[in-house]
Amino acid sequence: MELLLDIALLALLLITAISIAGIKDLLAAAMLAGIYGLLSAGFFMTMGAVDVAFTEAAVGAGISPLLIVLTLALCGRQQRGDRQRAMLALFLVLPVGALLIVATHDMPAFGAADAPAQMHVAPHYIQQSMAEIGIPNIVTSVLASYRGYDTFGEVVVIFTAGLGVLSLLMRSQGIDEPTVEPAPNAQSRDIVLRVIAKVLIAPIMLYALYVQFHGEYGPGGGFQAGVIFAVGFILYGLVFGLDAVRRVASHGLVQFLSAVGVLIYGSVGLLSLASGKSFLDYSALASNPVSGQHIGIIAIELGVGITVAAVMIMIFYLFAAQLRLQPRGPSLTPDHQGTDAGTAHLASQQQGAG
Amino acid sequence: MIDSLLSGISGLLLGLGCFFMLTGAIGVLRFPDFYTRMHAAGVTDTLATFLIITGLMLTAGWSLALFKLGLILLFIFFTSPTASHALARSAQHCELKLPEQSSASDPRSPTSTESPPPPAMPTETITTLERD
Amino acid sequence: MTAMLTATLIALLVVMALALARALLGPTIHDRILAVNMFGTKTVLLIAVICFTLGKPEFLDIALVYALINFVSVIGILRYFEFRSASAASESTAEVSNSND
Repeated sequence: MELLLDIALLALLLITAISIAGIKDLLAAAMLAGIYGLLSAGFFMTMGAVDVAFTEAAVGAGISPLLIVLTLALCGRQQRGDRQRAMLALFLVLPVGALLIVATHDMPAFGAADAPAQMHVAPHYIQQSMAEIGIPNIVTSVLASYRGYDTFGEVVVIFTAGLGVLSLLMRSQGIDEPTVEPAPNAQSRDIVLRVIAKVLIAPIMLYALYVQFHGEYGPGGGFQAGVIFAVGFILYGLVFGLDAVRRVASHGLVQFLSAVGVLIYGSVGLLSLASGKSFLDYSALASNPVSGQHIGIIAIELGVGITVAAVMIMIFYLFAAQLRLQPRGPSLTPDHQGTDAGTAHLASQQQGAG
Repeated sequence: MIDSLLSGISGLLLGLGCFFMLTGAIGVLRFPDFYTRMHAAGVTDTLATFLIITGLMLTAGWSLALFKLGLILLFIFFTSPTASHALARSAQHCELKLPEQSSASDPRSPTSTESPPPPAMPTETITTLERD
Repeated sequence: MTAMLTATLIALLVVMALALARALLGPTIHDRILAVNMFGTKTVLLIAVICFTLGKPEFLDIALVYALINFVSVIGILRYFEFRSASAASESTAEVSNSND
């Protein structure tokens, strides 16, 4: 039964991947990328990696196609074909791929019990996790406590990505201006959408909080919770317009929060240092080492959740503000006549994008 | 006794759900143009989901899983018809045409980059539709 | 019971394959979006049924997440098309007003 499931999911995955590579309409490719994310989530679930499936479902199938579609609204829908470079890339990729496949023959069999990866650290985690850390979800205990440095690096990477997008897309005159042209970013005129969005946003946020704090007992944790929380805001922004969502969570607040998350994480580490133990050793946080671990894990998951949510919302704000600055999208011709302010913006955008 | 009754009903619901799902998928593949495909997809999606999740709820017993399945049911009940509605509206925005009666095989379907800009005041058209 | 669950699983995989076929074939973008939406709902069901066959109902959270997030991308597409038609409309009215000046 599981074999059938695995084969079916992988076959569908392969077909989707080949079609994403082959298709010329980028909007269709974004939709197929959504399907790819869903299939990956299903496949991870059958392999037993539930936390990863969770994150893939939230990010790869929810946020990712959305951000790609926002980008396509700026860039244009058709892919420019380039035959020659494709040939060169093919000649490069095929030998490397073949070498990699040959190299896998030397690796131990998939899931073999005597593989080196399963022999040294993994049994320790599985056997000692409940005694040392005391939470049922071993993935969270490995992520947050045993491999806490790695997770700190991941949070900083997300923060840096947010910083990168910010520095590329932030223009001092564009972000905080009141709306010049209300039409492209006005709220959706559809009453059904508005009502349903209002009904759904609160459960989405509540669910994000549930996932955040339930991550120790079931699949979940800071990353997934942050993404779900951001999706709530993004839904509000999509349906009611960018200005409405910026009144709720202003750009400055979101920037500030993205740094606060990393700060919380680092502070927990520093607190452990100040108590005489090593960086991010949570047993220093309370008299009982196991409850110290609990406190530490809750604190850092909070930091992770805050940063991830804030960075996702910030990226959405920046992309959507780009749409406002360039109100006529890529179909305009260079000598298009617009209003004066519009022309100045457009000219700078053209030169920037050219 | 009640157990076997419950599992019998659950099996029946699952079977019905599968049937509707399959007919919906075949419809999506075989119908001639977008609007008819949307009938197949939208209606059978929600119905099949309803039946299958109710069937699963009957096997779950009184547990947290029952509550979570109930929540999933509620959310799909809200979002699936809304997604169909949103899709139909966006097709209307792009002026997706029904196929002509003479050429039944090829739906003439201008994409948004090809459609000519609406000639008269478009905002008027949209608000008129909204009031209907 | 497990026979019924297995049959549902197979039916779900078949439906997903058919939806994928429509996503690949669909002549217009809307057909593809329809197929993706259908695929998403079926994935929720697939995950729920897998949870029950594996016997671990705590994994239903993933299905719940996906049920919530599924339609956000469809809404995004709708706003994309609204945005494009609104900007095309404002482009044409701007052209009309400029040519009138």
